[in-house]
Amino acid sequence: MTIQTSFPRSGSPPPPPAGNKSLRLALYRLRQSPLSVIGLVMVVFILFAGVIGPELVPFPEDATGNTRMEARLTAPNETYVLGTDDVGRDVFSRTVIATRTSLVISLVVLAIAMLIGIPLGAISGFFGGWVDEVIMRITDIFLTVPALLLAMAMAAALGSGMVNAMVAIALVWWPGYARLTRGQVLSLREREFIEATRALGGGRWHTIFRHILPNILSAVIVKASMDIGFAILVAAGLGYIGVGVQAPTPEWGVMISEGRGLLRQAWWASIVPGVAMFTTVLGFNLLGDGLRDILDPKTRR
Amino acid sequence: MVRFVLQRLALTLVVLIGLSMLTFFVARIIPADPILLAAGPRASEAQIQLLRERYGYDRPLVEQYVRYMGDLLRGDLGTSVVLKRDVGPDLARYFPATLELVLAALLIGVLLGVPLGLVAAVYRDRLPDQISRVFSLGMVSIPNFWLAIVLQLILAFTLTILPFTGRFDRLLHPPPTLTGMYTVDALLTLNFEAFGTALRYMIAPAFCLSLGALATIARTVRADLLDVLGTDYIRTARAVGIPTSVLILKYALKNASLNTLTQVGLFFGYTLTGSVLVENIFSWPGIGNYAVSAALTKDFVPLMGVTLLTGFAIVLVNIVTDFFYLVLDPRIKYTS
Repeated sequence: MTIQTSFPRSGSPPPPPAGNKSLRLALYRLRQSPLSVIGLVMVVFILFAGVIGPELVPFPEDATGNTRMEARLTAPNETYVLGTDDVGRDVFSRTVIATRTSLVISLVVLAIAMLIGIPLGAISGFFGGWVDEVIMRITDIFLTVPALLLAMAMAAALGSGMVNAMVAIALVWWPGYARLTRGQVLSLREREFIEATRALGGGRWHTIFRHILPNILSAVIVKASMDIGFAILVAAGLGYIGVGVQAPTPEWGVMISEGRGLLRQAWWASIVPGVAMFTTVLGFNLLGDGLRDILDPKTRR
Repeated sequence: MVRFVLQRLALTLVVLIGLSMLTFFVARIIPADPILLAAGPRASEAQIQLLRERYGYDRPLVEQYVRYMGDLLRGDLGTSVVLKRDVGPDLARYFPATLELVLAALLIGVLLGVPLGLVAAVYRDRLPDQISRVFSLGMVSIPNFWLAIVLQLILAFTLTILPFTGRFDRLLHPPPTLTGMYTVDALLTLNFEAFGTALRYMIAPAFCLSLGALATIARTVRADLLDVLGTDYIRTARAVGIPTSVLILKYALKNASLNTLTQVGLFFGYTLTGSVLVENIFSWPGIGNYAVSAALTKDFVPLMGVTLLTGFAIVLVNIVTDFFYLVLDPRIKYTS
């Protein structure tokens, strides 16, 4: 029973559409939260920019160490809509191209992190005992140290570059997925349908892969959608420091780092890539926040 | 209770040993050779060999690790190959600056986050709540190193109301070192002018760092307040005729404060990470800045020192947070 207070509460929402199609229900719930719709629109726009943007920009050749000294440090005008940097490259073109770099990095990072974390978490939760103990202590160690610091050490050790940055970040990112999966598996393990599977003679691995993993999908999706933004931030942090993606590859962190030295002459060189990064991360966070409300029954109002 | 504390300490020890192994093997197994980098491109074979022997890099890995652990237990964090200085004293010099910044950021997070969460809870689902939600998500989405640059551009460069970088006026003497935290030292010595100066240098970087904690605290306070406001005792209090403002500030907020405390504890680590980049931009002489220059020169001993110190600080704060929780909420019993 809910207690009536004089505090403002939302009016009761209109009843959900008839039919029990889960997709329709999800879409209906998504529409109930305008912020997640905004997030979805932003994400679609960003994906669009990342996938075909680099083919549409006015100066695709600026993705390299191309120079155009006669146009250096040009303030935003009709030709260079968001100005140029200290060697005359178009900031707008580079920012758009960098969208692809960041999306690729964060998607690869999350894919590797999931490939390591989910199986380990499932094993940990399903088998329990000393296996669980060992795996969980290892995740403890990783989760104690801030991801950026550890990724920085890893990236420095592996050597700079995009691939190494991805590996470094993924290596510190998997424990989150291991923990999440373990928790989910622990709660699923005792459920009747799992018991039934076992009773019908389903082997351990069969049970894990066919019955448990598909059921933790929504929790993983929610976490991943929130993590994309954070992975972008960490990757850009590495790029900014100089141990991640290297110039002249267009990457937001690298661009901000280069533009920082030009703050007095050309503020746009560092501000524009930052706005793009902020928009991207915010879009994914808005969407992730909405998805959590939709897919996680615990936070559902 | 005693058993719980002992158990926590044992677990902590395991984590710290694991952390030392992790940092050690990251530094030694992964390809880049620190000695080659330290020796420079023109060093001869013999010189490199000499350096290897001096830093003990010619011994088997396990032996190196045991030696490293032995040194660690004696409080020796090793010597930087690039700076040719001991890491321990360097950390001791830089850590107070970082700690000061992080604590200031957490303070800002609480001072702004609690009211924001309160407003969101009172106006649940109405415009202020929605704004607070967007605000919170926005704050965790802003790259803090970029925000740092934006603040520099606006406050220091355009408006010139705050200093550009650094920790203290170069022409003035910082307050005498007691804790190493300038603001605290200035207050302890009642030097209010130095306090003002230190504060002016600290405010922008601390604000950049506070956003993550601020956003999360606001969300936690909102959720907890809504929980508390739905309980019987609040309904009773309301029925008795206690005004809403008193109800929230005196009764509800008190009960919602426990989770906020935990959040502050958790965000200590998060804020400490953020300080790596923010320190770099504001030239703040803390361990973050130290770690960045070490990463750039592939100088692993300082990097390992910073990682260990950070891990240690975070573990310590977590234990203290747990302890507070235990003391403040007698309902919680740690049995297992």
